[in-house]
Amino acid sequence: MTATTAQNAAAVPGEDAPVLSAINVVKQFKVAGGHITAVDDVSVDFHAGKVLAVVGESGSGKSTLARMLLRLMPVTSGTIKYLGKDVTHIRGAELRAYWRDVQAVFQDPFASFNQFYTVGAMLRRRMPAKQGDETLDELIERCLSYVGLKPDDAVNKHPHQLSGGQRQRVMIARALMMNPKVLLADEATSMLDASLRVSALNVLQDLRDRLGLTVLFITHDIGQACYLADEVIVMENGLVVERGITDDVIFNPQNEYTKRLLADVPDLKGSLKKRND
Amino acid sequence: MSQVPQADVLHEVAEPAPETPTGKRRASWRSLNFGPRMWVSVTIIGLIVLFALLGPLFYPYGSGLKVGSLYDEPSAAHLLGTDNFGHDIIAVLMQSTRNSLLNGLLAGTLAVVLGVVIGILAGYTGGWLEELLMGFTNIVVAIPSIIVLILMSMSLQHTNIGFLKGIAGLALVIGITSWPWTARAVRAQASSVATREHIDIAKLSGARTPSILIRDVLPYLASYVVMAWVLQLASAILAESTLSMLGLGPSGTDSLGMELHWALAFQSVSTGAWWAFLPPTIVLTLISFSLLYLQSSLDEVFNPRLRRGKKKNLAKAAERRAEMARQLAEQNEKVEVLS
Amino acid sequence: MRASNITAVYAADSGQDVPAVDNVTLEVPEGQILGLAGESGCGKTTLGNAVAMIATPPLYVVTGSMQIDDQTIDLATLAKDSNNIHRPYRGATVSLLPQGAMNAISPTLRIRDLVHDVMAAHDKGVTKAEAMDRATDRLKMLSMPSRVLDSYAHQLSGGMKQRMVTVISTLLDPKLLIADEPTSALDVSSQKELIEMLLQMIEMKIMRGVIFITHDLPVLSMVTDRLAIMYAGKIVENGRTEDLVHSARHPYTSALLAAVLDPTKETRTKHVLGIPGSPPNLGNPPSGCRFHPRCAFAMPECSTKEPPFLLEGNHQVACWWAEKNPGVTVPMEVSVV
Repeated sequence: MTATTAQNAAAVPGEDAPVLSAINVVKQFKVAGGHITAVDDVSVDFHAGKVLAVVGESGSGKSTLARMLLRLMPVTSGTIKYLGKDVTHIRGAELRAYWRDVQAVFQDPFASFNQFYTVGAMLRRRMPAKQGDETLDELIERCLSYVGLKPDDAVNKHPHQLSGGQRQRVMIARALMMNPKVLLADEATSMLDASLRVSALNVLQDLRDRLGLTVLFITHDIGQACYLADEVIVMENGLVVERGITDDVIFNPQNEYTKRLLADVPDLKGSLKKRND
Repeated sequence: MSQVPQADVLHEVAEPAPETPTGKRRASWRSLNFGPRMWVSVTIIGLIVLFALLGPLFYPYGSGLKVGSLYDEPSAAHLLGTDNFGHDIIAVLMQSTRNSLLNGLLAGTLAVVLGVVIGILAGYTGGWLEELLMGFTNIVVAIPSIIVLILMSMSLQHTNIGFLKGIAGLALVIGITSWPWTARAVRAQASSVATREHIDIAKLSGARTPSILIRDVLPYLASYVVMAWVLQLASAILAESTLSMLGLGPSGTDSLGMELHWALAFQSVSTGAWWAFLPPTIVLTLISFSLLYLQSSLDEVFNPRLRRGKKKNLAKAAERRAEMARQLAEQNEKVEVLS
Repeated sequence: MRASNITAVYAADSGQDVPAVDNVTLEVPEGQILGLAGESGCGKTTLGNAVAMIATPPLYVVTGSMQIDDQTIDLATLAKDSNNIHRPYRGATVSLLPQGAMNAISPTLRIRDLVHDVMAAHDKGVTKAEAMDRATDRLKMLSMPSRVLDSYAHQLSGGMKQRMVTVISTLLDPKLLIADEPTSALDVSSQKELIEMLLQMIEMKIMRGVIFITHDLPVLSMVTDRLAIMYAGKIVENGRTEDLVHSARHPYTSALLAAVLDPTKETRTKHVLGIPGSPPNLGNPPSGCRFHPRCAFAMPECSTKEPPFLLEGNHQVACWWAEKNPGVTVPMEVSVV
């Protein structure tokens, strides 16, 4: 792993101080007869205004890493730093402040909602009536517009009255209400149909371009990473096996696992030749 | 004031939200489904409640009025005869039912409130608090509740605090010993709800724990809480009856259990005075049965997927489909002929 | 195998019947795999259930018939006894591998018990030994380890579970297997293994035809011979997989193809627009062509008249634009960044 890291570290351009970092993070879960290591000494840097994709199959530890970065799950050991400050063990008001800057969108658009409340009620939760010159309603309208929704489409509806694609967009809008610097999308497009997926990815790209958001895109689909990401890291069994800028990782992979992952992806036009032989 | 930027990346046409026919996730507690089982049980309970509450207003005899002697047989004036004190049984029955129901309500509600609070805290928080609370719960469960009840009832009989002497005291005792069952059930559910994503979203939005418990956890437990409440009511009523029958109940008050106690004490069974022991038994049975039946029907109420629709609507719908089938068959035949 | 004129409705709570599948006809040639593609809510799972004869209320198959070899089976569930009429066919003539089957295995059963249950459901006289023999033989044929039979579901990986349920659902050698999203929950490597196993099974004539239902076009391009694209309860395009992928004739097909993101240089530079709007309410679908409100090539007649099927060799497409532009592949709505 060290050889690959050294190789790829050189490939990562423009070393500004990272916005968010994981440093030697380990996560172990106790199970009957010992423990499982879900994340095994992972160090990652996320740079401002870039989209970094964390690619891995199930069991790779990517979601566990995401939850630790979000401080929704305690680390077993290691450090997480935000803007240079150690946030590994923060709680209470400090943690809530962290959550104004770092937000997330999760995989299941329906489960992310409290089904008993309207979208408006959810968006207004814990929000001040006015921030600067903007009222809460104006803020809601603005954030919904970023994802291509109008308040009438969603605000007075309950989650089950929206489509899957709309729900996921509302979730992105919710994350934006806090005016975060970092947005973590944990398999946020996995439950969407292909055409909706593309729309959601376009939204994320747009947020990076327009708002300068740093996006962490967690996925099992390297094709989506190829479309969206500036940098890619590949995880396998809790370890980072490859990292670098997207072009390098996808078109010039060094690690065997990455190569196999790319080879196994069904290729729309190329694979047809295989069958016809 | 920031501009509202054009979302030219996505050109959403304002389409009405699609309602998938499979409707896999039917949310909203407005979609409650009241089936026949529920109505039957609610009716029985309703009638009993009316009997207990409104009966005394219309019935000519009071429960404390001596209208005859020991176990007078049923007559035209007193349809169920008199009890050992010479009181009209129907009047006593009304009063007893009222007290038993009241006891059930107080004890059951107290038990549910305790159980839910302890269960939610334990289930949601986890960790050492959960261990502590569940350990405590296990201790309360392990002690045979009947012994606790007996001991506490005995000491209540010697109390100086007025209101504790009657039904309220007994209800208190039953309430604080019967919550473990609910606590365990609620803890399991709360523990499961705590892992759901909407909780994470609530945390990320900055919500504090009390708000999360009330807004994000409790509604998801609502069906369990209601069902637990109904069961606690039933078990509280039965617990009171047991205690009273054993002579540990509030001796000055009428309750279904006390009626049975007197019936046994005055040997109504061996003397054949069925009007002394049968009526309270029947009323008790009806109450427990209808409460348990209600509880079982609540599953359908809270789970719309179990609903089938009213029978007459089903028949109409089937007719409609048969007609549709005929029309389509005709159309398809025509197409076949043409091609 | 040919399934004709299938119309199936859901009885919605409002009392209305929502047609989820509207007059669909499918053909699976001998020894081939037909892909059924479409996005959520298009009706492909409902169609699969209808063809597999397991539609239960609130799903009613109003009309539909299936022809396999010399038999014609009425798929409609309106007959009082339709459950009994269909029973001998289920599992033996047509077998359904439902979505999420691998996660629905009872955790207390060993795989071999499951095998016996499935076989006994069809033939009560089957002994555990017979069931085991059959399963072991089949596993050997497919080069799978027989130790799997002694395992519990939770001891197997996702890929292995899915392959096992596929084997189990084909133990009775059904003529037609309908697989509903078999690869959706799998990692790419397990996906590949499952696809290879399916191709192997068809070659060995364990099944004589497969309908593979999924929204994942790249997977379909790897495994299917023919492809049918479904939208809002209707088939919009139907033909050989290569023809559809290289020269799509329906704008919806083209939009779906454009939305495929594979790890190629093209994907790095292209900018794809999703399909605007959302799928229609099947209880009140758009007039004329159901796709017209979202179609980049919509013409005036698209909103008034429903396009009939255009036959171009063994390629069918239901689109007015396609009729006006014969032989022309739909241009893809993609821009380069």
